[in-house]
Amino acid sequence: MITLPQGKNEDISIVVTGAAGQGIQTVEDILGKVLKRSGLNVFAAKEYMSRVRGGNNSTEIRVSSKSVRAFVNRIDLLICLNKGLRNYLKERISSDTVIIGDIEEMGKELAGRGQMFFDVPLLHFAKELGSPLFANVVAAGIITSLFDVDMSLLEQYFDERFGAKDKSLVTKNIDAAKKGYEISRELAEDITVKMDHNSEIVKELLLTGSDAVALGAIAGGCNMIFGYPMSPATGVLSHLSQVAEEFGIVTEQTEDEISAMNMAIGGWYAGGRAMVTTSGGGFDLMSEGLSLVGIGESPMVIHLGQRPGPATGLATRTEQADLNLALYAGHGEFPRAILAPGSIQEAFYMTQHAFNLAAHYQVPVFILTDQYLLDSSYNLPAFSCEGLKVEKHIIKTDESYKRYVITEDGVSPRGIPGYGEGLIAFDSNEHGETGRNMDEDPQIRSEMNAKRMRKLKGLEEDSLPPALYGDVDYDVLLIGWGSTKHIIEEAMEEFSRPKTAFLQIRQPFPLHSSTKDYLKRAKVIVDIEGNATAQMANLIKLLTGIETSHRILTSSGMEITVEELLIKLRCLHV
Amino acid sequence: MTDVRMFDVPGPIDIMWCPGCGNFPILDAIKKALAELDLTPQDVLICSGIGQAAKLNHYVNTHFLHGLHGRSISNATGAKAANPKLVVLDVGGDGDRYAEGGNHIIHTIRRNPDITALVHDNRVYGLTKGQASPTSPMGYISPTTPKGVASLPLNPIALAVSLDASFVAQAFAGDIEETKEILKKAISHKGFSFVNIFQPCVTFNKINTYQWFKENTYYLGDDYDASDRKMALEKAFETDKLPLGVIYLNNRKTFEESLAAYENSDKPLYDRDISWDKLTKTFERFV
Ligand SMILES: Cc1ncc(C[n+]2csc(CCOP(=O)(O)OP(=O)(O)O)c2C)c(N)n1
Ligand code: SF4
Ligand SMILES: [Mg+2]
Repeated sequence: MITLPQGKNEDISIVVTGAAGQGIQTVEDILGKVLKRSGLNVFAAKEYMSRVRGGNNSTEIRVSSKSVRAFVNRIDLLICLNKGLRNYLKERISSDTVIIGDIEEMGKELAGRGQMFFDVPLLHFAKELGSPLFANVVAAGIITSLFDVDMSLLEQYFDERFGAKDKSLVTKNIDAAKKGYEISRELAEDITVKMDHNSEIVKELLLTGSDAVALGAIAGGCNMIFGYPMSPATGVLSHLSQVAEEFGIVTEQTEDEISAMNMAIGGWYAGGRAMVTTSGGGFDLMSEGLSLVGIGESPMVIHLGQRPGPATGLATRTEQADLNLALYAGHGEFPRAILAPGSIQEAFYMTQHAFNLAAHYQVPVFILTDQYLLDSSYNLPAFSCEGLKVEKHIIKTDESYKRYVITEDGVSPRGIPGYGEGLIAFDSNEHGETGRNMDEDPQIRSEMNAKRMRKLKGLEEDSLPPALYGDVDYDVLLIGWGSTKHIIEEAMEEFSRPKTAFLQIRQPFPLHSSTKDYLKRAKVIVDIEGNATAQMANLIKLLTGIETSHRILTSSGMEITVEELLIKLRCLHV
Repeated sequence: MTDVRMFDVPGPIDIMWCPGCGNFPILDAIKKALAELDLTPQDVLICSGIGQAAKLNHYVNTHFLHGLHGRSISNATGAKAANPKLVVLDVGGDGDRYAEGGNHIIHTIRRNPDITALVHDNRVYGLTKGQASPTSPMGYISPTTPKGVASLPLNPIALAVSLDASFVAQAFAGDIEETKEILKKAISHKGFSFVNIFQPCVTFNKINTYQWFKENTYYLGDDYDASDRKMALEKAFETDKLPLGVIYLNNRKTFEESLAAYENSDKPLYDRDISWDKLTKTFERFV
C-alpha cells in the first residue's frame, strides 16, 4: 500500500502530461477548482510546446493542506495521456513516482520507471463514452476521487462550465468523471491519499498571474488596452476584452505593437488610462513609441511578459532576461519605473499601483512578469480593494494653460482636451512650456530635459521597498526578483541554514533607497536569476556599488525548481 | 460659422516651410473648413507624424499631438476612442503615411475610426531633403536614387477604395476653395475620411509643380456617383488626368460605435469612475 504524501512531504505533486489538443489545460482547470473547493491548497504550473496539436505538454499540480505556491521537480503521481514523454519529464520520474497510464498507448515507454505503474485503459473508456477526448476527464475523476472529493463538486463544475452552452456536454463529462471514480475504487487497494481539508480555503480565489494583472489593471482604472497577440502576454488582452462592456474598457487587437503603443499614447493624451501588453519581440517594436512617451510626458503602463529570446527563442517558455530591455529601451534619456511582481497578489496590487504611478509622474511604468508567473495559479484570499484609489492626476484647464510648465519636481499638471478651456499640446520634438516651437534653443532644451529627469527623484522616493523574508539577523542574503519569489522562499526553508534571509527586489528601477542597507548587512550575497548574465546583480552593482558574492543563474526556458535551487545553494557551502 | 482667426496661433510664429510651398494653401483651407463647420479650437484635435506636412498642427490653434513618423494615425485613433466627442484630424506626408506608416493606413481604413486623415502628397521627402517617396514616379531621380526610382509608385486612391474605405477624396493644394469644400465633407463624414492632397514641393520636386498638377488633374462632375465602388476604382486607375473630388463614399459602422466601452455610456473616459463593487463581485468568478 502506497500512502501519499510520501516521506516527510506534506504535499502531493501531480503531473499530468499529454499532447496539445488532449485537454491538459482542462484537467488543470478541473483539478484546481474542484480540489480547492474541497478545501485543499492547490498550485498549478504548466509548460507547453509552441504548437496547437500533438507533442507533449505537462502541467504540475501540487496539492496540500498547507499553502503551496512553488514549482518542484518531484513527481509523486504522474498521469500520462500520451506516449512520447520528453526527456525533461522522464528525468523527473523517481523511484517514488506512481504512474497511471494506458499500456495500449504507452507501450513499454516507461517500463522499469517509477514505484508502480497502474495500467488504466483510459482511451478505451473514453471511446466508450463517445470520444477519445474524454480521457482527460476520466483522469481528472481518478485524481479527485483519490482525494476523496465529493462527486457533486465535479457536477457543479461541469454545469458551470458547459451548462449554458450544452446540457448534454455536462452529462457526458459527468459520466467520464464517474468512470474515473470507478477506476479509483480499484486503485484504492494499492494507493491512499491522506490529506486534511480546510473549509477556509473553499471560498478563496484561484487565479493565474495573467488574471491578476488584468484585474489589477481594472483596479487601477484601466479603461483602454491595446496589444498584438504574443505569448505569454496575450491572456491579459483577452481577459480585458472579455469584460470590456462590463467595465467600459476600450480594447483593440492592433495591426502591430507599434500601433498598440501609439494608440495607447493617443488614449492617455485624450483622458484614457491605457495599458499595452506584450512580450520581448513585441516590445522591441514599441520602443520607438516608448521614446515618444518619454518626451511627450505621457503616462503609460506596459505589461511586459518575458519569454526566452533572442528573437522567437522559446515562444511558450519562461525567462527573466528582459530587465535590461525594459531599463534601456527607447532612444534618448527619460525617466521610467519598473515593477516586478513576484506573486499573484503582487501582480494584482502592483498593476493597480502602476496606473497611479504613471498618471502621477507622466512616465512609462513597466510591469515585468514572465510566462511562469502569468500561467501559474494558486489559491489565495480575495484581493482587498480597501484603500485602493484611482488617482487621475488631471486638471481642468483654462485658456492660459501650458502643458509643459517647468516645475521643481518635474511634473507639469496634465490637462485633457475637452476638460476646461485650455488647448492641450503634445510634442515629439523638443519644446518649450507651451509645447509649440522652441526654436531649437539649447537653453530651453537643457531646461526641459532636466525637468523631465527631475522626476526620477520623486519616483525613487515612491519606489516600492524590497521585501525581506527569513532571519532578520542574516549573514547570508539571497536576492531575487519576479516570479522566483515563492521558489526561493521554499528552497530557503528547506535549506534551513540559520542567519539566512531572502531579499525580494520588488521594484528594480528606481531601486528603493533601503536596498543598499539590506545588502550592506550581508556577509554573503547570493543572486538568483532566470537569465545568463545576472542583469539584476549588475544593476544593483551600478546603483549601489555592491557586488554579489555568488550567482545562481538559469536560462533553460524552464523555471528553476525548488530542488534545483536547493542543490545549488548547498553547493555554495555557505 | 466661427471666426477663422480663432484658428491662428496667438503671438508671432515662425512657419518653417519654404516660400511658395503647397503646405500654405492647405493650412488656409483647413482653418477655413474648421471655421465654416462652426467648430472652435477646443473642439478639434490635430494629430500629425513627422515631416514638412506634419509640422502643420503647430500652426493651427487647436489641440495638437505631434507624434512619430508614420505613427500618428494610431495616436489619432486612440485619442478618438478615449473621447469620441473630439473632432480628430490627422496630417502626414506621403512618406509618413505610405512608407513608414503603410501598415497603419491599411488597418486604419479597415478599422474605420471617425477621423479625417490628410496626406500631403508632394511625391517626395521634403524634410529629409528630396529623396524619393512611395508616390514618386518610376525613374524619379533623387539623391538616394541617382539612376531613378526602380519601384512602381503606390496608388493611394486605389489602395483606399480597394479596402472599402468609408470616404476617399483627392484634392489639389493649388485650389484652396475646392480643397476647403472637400475637407468640410471629409470632416463632416462619419467614419474614416481619407484625403490625398496633391501638394507641390517647390524646393525638391521639379516635376510635379503647381502647373503640372493643374494640367494633369480634373474635378469629378456633379453627375459622378461616389457610392459606386467599381466606378471609383476605375477613377483611381486613370492616369491621363488624375481625378479630384470625393471619389468614394461608403457609410459603415465606425470603430468607436463598435467599442464595448461605449455600449452603456457615451461619457468620455476621463469623466468615468471605477465601480469597486463591480470589481469585487468579479472576484467571485475565481472562487
Ligand atoms: C523612424 C524615422 N525614420 C526616419 C525619419 C526621418 N524622416 C523625417 S521626415 C521623413 C520623410 C518626410 O517625407 P514625407 O513624409 O513625405 O513628408 P514631407 O516632408 O514631404 O512633407 C523622414 C524619412 C524619422 N523622423 N523617423
Ligand atoms: S521642402 Fe518642399 S515640402 Fe518642404 S517646405 Fe519646402 S517646399 Fe514645402
Ligand atoms: Mg512628402
